[in-house]
Amino acid sequence: MAMAIKLSLILLLCLSSLLAPSFSLFEDQVGLMDWHQRYIGKVKHAVFHTQKAGRKRVLVSTEENVIASLDLRRGEIFWRHVLGPNDVVDKIDIALGKYVITLSSEGSILRAWNLPDGQMVWESFLSGSKYSKALLTVPSNLKVDLDSPIFVYSGGCLHAISSIDGEYLWKKDFAIESSVDVHQLILSGGSDVVHAVGVTDSSQFDTYEIDVKNGGLLKHTSASFPGGVYGEILPVSGDRFVVLDASRSVVLLITVNNGATHLQQTHVSDLIHGSSENTVILPSKLSGIFSLRTDSCIVFVKVTDEGKLNVMEKVDKTVVVSDALALSEGEQAFALVQQGDSKIELSVRLVHDMSSNHLKETVKMDHERGFVHKIFINNYVRTDRSHGFRALIVMEDHSLLLLQQGEIVWTRDDGLASVIDVTTSELPVEKIGVSVAKVEHSLFEWLKGHMLKLKGTLMLATPDEVAAIQQIRLQSSQKNKMTRDHNGFRKLLILLTRAGKLYALHTGNGRVVWSTLLQSLRTTSQQQCAGLKLRQWQVPHHHALDNNPSVLVVGRCGLSLTSPSALSIVDAYTGKELQNLGPAEHSTVQVITLPFRDSTEQQLHLLIDADKRAHLYPTTPEAASIFQRESENVYWYSVESEAGILRGYGVKKTHSSEYSFEARNLWSIVFPAESEKIIATVTRKPNEVVHTQAKVIADEDVMYKYISKNMVFVATVSPKASGPIGSATPDESVLVVYLIDTVTGRILHRMTHLGSQGPVHAVLSENWVVYHYFNLRAHRYEMSVIEIYDQSRAENKDVLKLIVGKHNLTTPVSSYSRPEVTTKSQSYFFTHSVKAISVSSTAKGITSKHLLIGTIGDQVLALDKRFVDPRRSLNPTQAEKEEGLLPLTDALPIIPQSYVTHAFKVEGLRGIETIPAKLESTSLVFAYGVDLFYTRIAPSKTYDSLTEDFNYALLLLTIVALVIAIFVTWVLSERKDLQDKWR
Amino acid sequence: MAVLQRSKPNSPTLLLLLAQLCFLSCSSLAIASRDGSGYTINGRVKIPGFGAKGFGLPVKANNAKVLLNGGQQVTFLKPDGYFSFHNVPAGTHLIEVDVIGYLFSPVRVDVSARNPGKVQAALTETRRGLNELVLEPLREEQYYEIREPFNIMSIVKSPMGLMIGFMVVVVFLMPKLVENMDPEEIRKAQEEMRNQGVPSLANLMPGGARSN
Repeated sequence: MAMAIKLSLILLLCLSSLLAPSFSLFEDQVGLMDWHQRYIGKVKHAVFHTQKAGRKRVLVSTEENVIASLDLRRGEIFWRHVLGPNDVVDKIDIALGKYVITLSSEGSILRAWNLPDGQMVWESFLSGSKYSKALLTVPSNLKVDLDSPIFVYSGGCLHAISSIDGEYLWKKDFAIESSVDVHQLILSGGSDVVHAVGVTDSSQFDTYEIDVKNGGLLKHTSASFPGGVYGEILPVSGDRFVVLDASRSVVLLITVNNGATHLQQTHVSDLIHGSSENTVILPSKLSGIFSLRTDSCIVFVKVTDEGKLNVMEKVDKTVVVSDALALSEGEQAFALVQQGDSKIELSVRLVHDMSSNHLKETVKMDHERGFVHKIFINNYVRTDRSHGFRALIVMEDHSLLLLQQGEIVWTRDDGLASVIDVTTSELPVEKIGVSVAKVEHSLFEWLKGHMLKLKGTLMLATPDEVAAIQQIRLQSSQKNKMTRDHNGFRKLLILLTRAGKLYALHTGNGRVVWSTLLQSLRTTSQQQCAGLKLRQWQVPHHHALDNNPSVLVVGRCGLSLTSPSALSIVDAYTGKELQNLGPAEHSTVQVITLPFRDSTEQQLHLLIDADKRAHLYPTTPEAASIFQRESENVYWYSVESEAGILRGYGVKKTHSSEYSFEARNLWSIVFPAESEKIIATVTRKPNEVVHTQAKVIADEDVMYKYISKNMVFVATVSPKASGPIGSATPDESVLVVYLIDTVTGRILHRMTHLGSQGPVHAVLSENWVVYHYFNLRAHRYEMSVIEIYDQSRAENKDVLKLIVGKHNLTTPVSSYSRPEVTTKSQSYFFTHSVKAISVSSTAKGITSKHLLIGTIGDQVLALDKRFVDPRRSLNPTQAEKEEGLLPLTDALPIIPQSYVTHAFKVEGLRGIETIPAKLESTSLVFAYGVDLFYTRIAPSKTYDSLTEDFNYALLLLTIVALVIAIFVTWVLSERKDLQDKWR
Repeated sequence: MAVLQRSKPNSPTLLLLLAQLCFLSCSSLAIASRDGSGYTINGRVKIPGFGAKGFGLPVKANNAKVLLNGGQQVTFLKPDGYFSFHNVPAGTHLIEVDVIGYLFSPVRVDVSARNPGKVQAALTETRRGLNELVLEPLREEQYYEIREPFNIMSIVKSPMGLMIGFMVVVVFLMPKLVENMDPEEIRKAQEEMRNQGVPSLANLMPGGARSN
């Protein structure tokens, strides 16, 4: 009976959330509980635009395929475009002083963007005959009215394109005559000839002179060099080029003179005395000078007019060299950055006078930013007509800094554009109580604020007052405090980025609390390291309250799956690396958080290596003994997508060493390779809480959810349909979905969608899975839901049996028992493509759920789970209506007010993370991609707390009014009584 | 709306080219030409209510994107709203338009291999065929709730207003009602109440009736 009451209460609660979108926001509430941060990613190329007076800007292209125009004064984004995932930017430049030209997709797409507002002006598609390097040459001395062409070398062809409207002028196909690979395009100022320099079969140098007007070949010279070449040809001066030979030990100087090509060889060891391993020519183009980097140093070599090579200077190999910057009177300058301890030294030199530094500045640098990776320089003319320089530097953690006059003018933490994994941490508990005086002091302010708010709700406020209200709202919410709050809204979001840096962001306003460049994940010249996973390591609750919580970072040092892993444990409050366990001897392909903790509340983790061996962490005897005790109940599975095999594992009794264990294969499911290919596997979130197993349906009946933590959803498609949409016909594409128990390998449910294909995005929660796929027959996206119910408990409905105790409710849910399950499913159309799906999660799992769908437009849509309920029917009965069941529609509704990101976009959306707050009604949502977005949602409205804009003043006013009314009526009735008595 | 197809120099044959031009001139269907290994799809996005002549893009649409097959190719709009996808293989494709503030229906586009230049397009949401690839939003999207302007009803309707209203009713109207009632009737009602006793929670619960 008690349960029935509880159930009906929950039912009531669900009912209470009305159909209207429960996530909806007034425009003036933006920023109250959400924040949005815009990033661009690690900068690859930068072009300055500082010629004219007015807004000075820098145009950048990044590794996240973003092109952006940044304010050079403050580093803010003027405009930004995120190109498609396959549309990698090759080159960026400015043409005509008003267009930004980008070359992307291996040189096949050339676009021009309007410099002030970022509107695309024209787009040209360049088709080539073979793959080649992409080169872009934009004439620099363009007058606005003069239409000089832009030259692009891509796909083995040289294209000339009008810079005004993108018109195709001519094309010269090099691949027809020979297999030349062009390395450089040179357009000497004022002349009508474009020079192309390349290599044929890596043994012959070719130079072409091509007419700018019509693409006609004017001159072709070649010289063969049987030794072969390594890397790129670099121009030194108008007719001189340098390149390394195939053995990387000889520098070749090529001189083109009157149609004859002359080669001259110089050994690297003659230039650099000592070791000269891994020599490369740096791509910085400096007139008359080139730079060589070896394992030990960088040397600058001057090429004299007679063709002699003179070493000018030797610097440390960690020095980063910028491209040359043309100053006035044909002078050139370039910058060098020398890495020091917690500072960097920037020096600018003039090419013609290498002996002394033109400018030398020392800038203090946070060592958490790592090494300098790239530098771009720009000059400005000071009031005394001398040259000043500003430098844009890209650091190891992908941050972007502008240096000027020895100061950091601004920084951008663009590492946050490439978040790999997210976890959260609680903030410290507030220790000192709030003093009474402070409260009294702010009482008046508080009341004033509420009076203002009252005015606001009554629409009586003036614009000034509205601004004041907004200010009060942002300040008063105490959301930025560094302590734990009662509702659990204030937390630390810990983010692991691709650069190997760990950031902690406060959920209140998204500020960076600390950031750490993990030493174990730093990429060195020997190996490339990358982070993989981020897990909570220690969450102190009862025993180890003095300890700070900590997180475990698992990374990999090397590119292959068998590379050794790097582990480190980081304090979540300070960001200090507590323990560096790497590089471990084993590799890591899977990280399993076990549901066990040791006495210091460290979570036990199992790392599975490429040889299917399990490694236990922490490596303490206590953890080992806990694991030994529980090892019979530890199972995991692996997905081999290529082979189409799903395997389940357990731990072997015999172990190879104290902390590493052999796996035994328990089961495997082999999908037929000719008809099924695995495209998606999804499992339940390990920390998900389910409140009740029973579900009361309309006719006072109870259904029991099949709730198992060991359930995995697998989707396969026919191999022909594994490509993008449009590559397969409906007849040859079949989508099959499975629900599989990961302990026994039992297939709980299998369903076939004929004429459908991927990509499949799915979310598994409680007893249901919702997945999104493409229906080729209807040519629309569809979303399907499968709910799985435990049939073996269905007889427990009889109340008499419950009272007598003849029920099996106390038997635990186990994968060993093979209960009968039934499933219900339904499909609906969905308008948009989807990038990610997630589900809201709350502390106790009582609140109804919302699906969070990341759409192709980089927005996050909250969709009530009741829209994807397989029990929906066309004409629901009265009882079903009362239950809150919606009538069936063929498509899922898209209500604009239920976008949790409202008018923002999370560009390049990759994932949506939900975190339960302490308040049952509320779930925290964090969406990440190139941008970051955080908000909190209440799927059933905030039934357990007053909303933030609850009007206390109105309540007070009502109470006062009531009290006055009581007095008035009391006085009135007294008077009436008196009159009655006198009568 | 005639869409001029700039002929690419490497088009397979002149004949094909002529056929395309002929086709394009006699039908205004915007669309596919062969270049290299695939076809080109040209189209246009039109957002009504902006610009004097009903075209031109609003400032808002500056960040408009057009996506082919769920993001396989992404392109942007030219100032006049035109877009094109290059190198698209023959087959049935899906084009989506992403402009913040507007909802666009995805468009099904069939590029025929046998019949170069022939393209069929249909909105997938409304199943409406398109004569030319001009995409218009289904509706504008309003992401925020609109605050009701101040009126007396909203105050009355709020919980506090209802409380005050109820109090007014109880204080001023109830005594009048009671006065007007027949004393006999009042007594009867009171007796009835006494007989019924306290209503129990169990009676209200579903399933409670059965267990009783």
